[in-house]
Amino acid sequence: MSVILPLAVKFALACFALSMLCALIRLLRGPAAQDRILALDTLYINGMLTILTLGIGFGAAIYFDIALLIALFGFVGSAAMAKFLLRGEVIEP
Amino acid sequence: MNLVDVPLWVALPAAFLLVCGGLLTLVGSLGLLRFKSFYARIHAPTMGSTLGAGCVLVASILISTMLEQRPVIHELLITVFILLTAPITAMLLMRAAMSRERD
Repeated sequence: MSVILPLAVKFALACFALSMLCALIRLLRGPAAQDRILALDTLYINGMLTILTLGIGFGAAIYFDIALLIALFGFVGSAAMAKFLLRGEVIEP
Repeated sequence: MNLVDVPLWVALPAAFLLVCGGLLTLVGSLGLLRFKSFYARIHAPTMGSTLGAGCVLVASILISTMLEQRPVIHELLITVFILLTAPITAMLLMRAAMSRERD
């Protein structure tokens, strides 16, 4: 019927790729460790949105599960690294 | 039913939401790249991770509901999860930055 939806999917994918590039530059040259963790946090959110947009573009439901898993484990990783910066160890006795 | 067969009254709002989500995420990540101090940088990507993710998830709900011809709302799981976990990460990072600057 219309070509507007594939165009919007391509535009959103280009935007997510550019923002992942920005986060990668901040990850590589961040002055402190907390800047790198913040960049990694942004990177996994952008990767999850990329997977969701690919799922919209291909019309497949399996991409949703991958996005959910990325959201779960990305939060665990970011929280563990922030806790490590805060206390010096992740799981305190 | 394919992606190009989606009727126009669903395709237009979904395309608008996708474009808005992409632009918001891009602006948030540019702020992460451009701002000067860490305390200015920590608030920029939250725009992408709340409003941008919300836009893309609502577009995904619309399109998968239209493609499968039944209500599909399991994308709300990701929305709720992100809304729960983004403040926790931000709070832990902010406390870590403050305690590292004090030392």
